Amino acid sequence: MTTTYREALREAIRDALRRDERVFLMGEDVGAYGGCFGVSLGLLEEFGPDRIRDTPLSESAFVGAGIGAATAGLRPIVEIMTVNFSLLALDQILNNAATLRHMSGGQVGVPLVIRMTTGAGRQLAAQHSHSLEGWFAHIPGLRILAPATLEDARGMLWPALLDPDPVLIFEHGSLYNLAGELADDAGPVDIDHAAIRRPGADVTVVTYGGCLGKCLDAAEQLAAEDISAEVIDLRTLRPLDDATFVESVRRTHRAVVVDEGWRSGSLSAEVSARITEQAFEELDAPVERVCSAEVPMPYAKHLEDAALPQPDGIVAAVRKVVSGGG
Amino acid sequence: MNTAIAKHHTALLRQMLRIRKFEEICVELYSATRIRGFLHLYIGEEAVAVGVMNTLDASDALVTTYREHGHALARGVPMEAVMAEMFGRTTGCSRGRGGSMHLFDVKRRLYGGNAIVGGGLPLATGIALADRLRNESHVTACFFGDGAVAEGEFHECMNLAALWKLPVLFCCENNLYAMGTSLVRAQAQTDLALRASSYGMPAWAVDGMDVLAVEQAAQRAVETIRAGGGPCFLELRTYRFRAHSMYDSDRYRDKAEIARWKERDPIEALTVRMRDAGELTDDALKALHREVDDELQRAVAGAEAGPLEAVEDLTRFVYAEES
Repeated sequence: MTTTYREALREAIRDALRRDERVFLMGEDVGAYGGCFGVSLGLLEEFGPDRIRDTPLSESAFVGAGIGAATAGLRPIVEIMTVNFSLLALDQILNNAATLRHMSGGQVGVPLVIRMTTGAGRQLAAQHSHSLEGWFAHIPGLRILAPATLEDARGMLWPALLDPDPVLIFEHGSLYNLAGELADDAGPVDIDHAAIRRPGADVTVVTYGGCLGKCLDAAEQLAAEDISAEVIDLRTLRPLDDATFVESVRRTHRAVVVDEGWRSGSLSAEVSARITEQAFEELDAPVERVCSAEVPMPYAKHLEDAALPQPDGIVAAVRKVVSGGG
Repeated sequence: MNTAIAKHHTALLRQMLRIRKFEEICVELYSATRIRGFLHLYIGEEAVAVGVMNTLDASDALVTTYREHGHALARGVPMEAVMAEMFGRTTGCSRGRGGSMHLFDVKRRLYGGNAIVGGGLPLATGIALADRLRNESHVTACFFGDGAVAEGEFHECMNLAALWKLPVLFCCENNLYAMGTSLVRAQAQTDLALRASSYGMPAWAVDGMDVLAVEQAAQRAVETIRAGGGPCFLELRTYRFRAHSMYDSDRYRDKAEIARWKERDPIEALTVRMRDAGELTDDALKALHREVDDELQRAVAGAEAGPLEAVEDLTRFVYAEES
């Protein structure tokens, strides 16, 4: 069937609400409004206000309430409108969700799922556009997911709800209208492994989320130049599936990491470090990174485009590593 | 003398003595560097924990702060398990991972000492939400200090709990100081019950130095909450006789003020009251002290003999373990 990323997310939520009566959705405007990005449209009518709960604008209270409800035996899905707003709930996410199990000597589990929008590309400027998933991937106790395809939008939620620990799902804002074919019986997917989205032999391009499409476009351009790029979608940002991208680099001997986060102290730095730690002797060129410019995201279209990783920049980085090595 | 009342008062006195003496031993152990970390003492505030806890059922939940030895003991966490936590042993109530500020006992629905001021309120609100969604009649008691009332999380949770009529008993231990900053220097409106009542929930102030007054107020609040009336807020007016922590030289409080409050010692007050009513003889009081001292001695010996976690197990309990 033809569907969109938004509809696939909605179907995943609907499916979870049907499968398990402990599941409920809460967040700002998830009910009567239908979700800031329309993900939960129609669910209030179908499941009622106890299970599709509109909250006041109190990120810390409703994220913390999700943590408490999860601890007490329910399976909440908490929606935060955008990653920038999640900073208002950072105390609860770090000091409670990620920490309670350890601090209690294993007694308290937090089987909570938090979904939020991340990323730029829609001219929403500096308080609605950042990519902070790399920060969250720094935190032990969390699992971080970044669905970049229709299959993952449809399939990551259920295994996330089965996870006994907190899971954060980052939905890239530019993907909601992504349309395509999804199998009628599409369902839960694996959330432990990275995926090779395009096999190749000359260079490994490691990415995730909103940059996947850009990397695939770049790979297509490079194919015309006889450069065969393998594109890896990390999918799970914590714990990182090193084995998949390191194995790829052992075959291609070159790597480019593409990350919409800022470069300094980023997830791309972590991926690059793991490649050099585990496959240094296999590299024919230094690892290259393509990241967002180190600037708060500007509004003007041409400036926003210039701040973000783009296919041309990815192509240039690949050319550099391919020509730079032996 | 009414025997049932005398028995009840003796139980309250015993609980307050257990907390007082536990902490007095902790001071000695701390000074001797046998226990470390932060140590926030509850001495002077015992009537609050004991009075409230006595009105809760075993199935009710509890979220508290980093000054929570009293809450844990009054809740029924074995003294040795609390003491072993102070010693960082695997036999501690948080396996030595939490320490003084993070006492947990999920079997007794104690969801921790939270050391971020205000950080426990959202958690308590969520536990209450789960109980309400499952149509359980449990109450979640949430303890915090006057300092928390200045935090955004306090106001977010007052609003959410009142809006959704959640079964939370908000227990504000107003000891007049947020670490070293007095209430009047930090809060524009110092009537804390008034502020809570602006969210449309029953809220009133209680003499937190009188265990019977605390118990009576908590009883009334718990009944309201259990009947489906939504959250209640108690401002428990109390005072810590010791400094904020063992690192605090207590320069910001007037010695005369401390002395005035010590005259209202909740343990002394109940003792006098019981003597006057003929409910407590000298011998009975001595026996009570002896009983608590014996329990403490066993707790310290047992705690110190407890095993330390193997360093190889350092990274356990970050994620769930395969069962």
